Amino acid sequence: MFTKPIHTKLFFLALLIAALFLPLYVPDAYMFQIVITSVLFAIATLGMNLILGYTGQASLAHGAFFGIGAYVVAIMTKAGVSFWIALPVSGVVAAVIGFVIGLLAFRTKGHFFAIVTLCFGVILFQVAENWIELTGGQNGIFGLDRPTPIPLPFLGTLEFYSQPAQYYMVLVVLLLTLFALHRIIYSIFGLSFMAIRNNEELADAVGVNTFVTKMISFAMANFIAGIAGGIYATIMGAVSPSAISIMITFNFLIFLILGGMATLPGAVVGAFVIPIIMEVLQFMEDYRMLFFGALLVVVIIWFPMGFVGGLKAINQKIIAWRQSKTSEDSNA
Amino acid sequence: MLKVESITKNFDGLIAVKDLSFEIDKGQILAIIGPNGAGKSTAFNLITGTLKPTSGRVSINNNNITGMKPYRIVTKGVARTFQTTSLFDQLRVIDNLMIAYKWRTKIGFWNTLLHTPSWKKYQEESFLRAMEVLEFLGLAEKAEFFIPTLSQEEQKRLAIGIAIMGKPELVLLDEPTGGLIQDETDRITELIRKIRDEQGITVCVIEHKMQMIMDLADKIVVLNYGEKIADGPPEAIKSDTAVIEAYLGGEINA
Repeated sequence: MFTKPIHTKLFFLALLIAALFLPLYVPDAYMFQIVITSVLFAIATLGMNLILGYTGQASLAHGAFFGIGAYVVAIMTKAGVSFWIALPVSGVVAAVIGFVIGLLAFRTKGHFFAIVTLCFGVILFQVAENWIELTGGQNGIFGLDRPTPIPLPFLGTLEFYSQPAQYYMVLVVLLLTLFALHRIIYSIFGLSFMAIRNNEELADAVGVNTFVTKMISFAMANFIAGIAGGIYATIMGAVSPSAISIMITFNFLIFLILGGMATLPGAVVGAFVIPIIMEVLQFMEDYRMLFFGALLVVVIIWFPMGFVGGLKAINQKIIAWRQSKTSEDSNA
Repeated sequence: MLKVESITKNFDGLIAVKDLSFEIDKGQILAIIGPNGAGKSTAFNLITGTLKPTSGRVSINNNNITGMKPYRIVTKGVARTFQTTSLFDQLRVIDNLMIAYKWRTKIGFWNTLLHTPSWKKYQEESFLRAMEVLEFLGLAEKAEFFIPTLSQEEQKRLAIGIAIMGKPELVLLDEPTGGLIQDETDRITELIRKIRDEQGITVCVIEHKMQMIMDLADKIVVLNYGEKIADGPPEAIKSDTAVIEAYLGGEINA
């Protein structure tokens, strides 16, 4: 039912191989660091894609859930808990806080939902900045350990001190996220998200409990954001309120819009390409934001579905053109 | 089967539906007619839970469904279409149908993530039912099509298909032939008959096209200013003086 053409599959296979061998050709440690954080941003953007792209609910608190995940891992590992326990907890805490916020926020729709979630994001930022005993206030929490080494039988231990090791860890999480989301999206369960985005009244009329479905989507999105934030904390070795700020949300939003809303590759493409363009345009200093502003305007007006969405739209136009041709032929 | 007992809807002083009662028997085709603004669509919205009645009671097979949310009412066997053709226009034809079967399955987060055997079974079951409905609608070749490539009539057919996808006992069709020409109207009328005869689904329909209703309906309910002014078989309605005065004028005799 949902099979992709062979050339698309080969393309993804090539991308996967390129990703697996990336440590061999990445130019320097600085660029490697950007790649690793890009992978984390890609994971978080995939979460945002679920609630905003597929379910059509513009959650502007997404960065806050990323930050919650980061703080949970920071606080727990500082208290001596193993990173491997703290990481799933960070996702769960983000999902649970999201559940409470969702109970209130999903009473609103459309722009109002965006504003309500934006407000919650700001509140969480204020909490991070001012609850000094828990979060360290503006200084944040620093000196975090790398992920606890995992002992492997016969092979020694799996450690995460080197960049390649960290890279493979985040790559595994990215692939797991893509795998899970692919299963969810390409099923009747995923259709219920898209049905709500497309026509909420009809979704309700055909038996979709829209409130519960939105809550599930929100919880999943926040879980993913929390996990990405949790890994971010351990790799950066520190967390500060900037990890929970509204800027994080808007970065994810830009990645998603430019990369392609409601497509799985779009979120990943956006989170990868934009930080790299940012680096390439370093010489322009602050003027590069002008470039991004102009780019956003162009994309939103002419390619509302972003880079990957644009490619898809062209593909669909070809399919639709073929379909109208065949139906003309059969009518003739 | 469906029993509507003196429902009233009061929008801040404007009474859209007043003390409306009627019954639909199993296997019937019941039509609701009336001039624009008579409260026909509001009556539909009250029955299917889109609006909550101010007072009164709606029940199906003696189960009270008054004030239930639409997604719950579907599970009691009452499905509907909307006045303006309402589809998931970003999705393919087959997806439009499959989503309408979800409530009959136990598809959820975990079995989707794990691809359990029960998930496979439900996914397969939904797909087969969707193909069956497409066959019934005469849209079998268009399963993979996107909505904007369908004609007006095909879109109206699909909207009806979405409503019957979950095997309801009763389907409420809000102006299923609105904006269609005579030929298309005839074909949709035929489809409505087939829904009753082949699918065994009871039908309640709102329409404006008199000739079509007189041919199709077993029973007609006439609304005017939110109140029922007559009900009965088409023959009785045709000769009812109150109806002729309020709505039909000389049209039916001409």
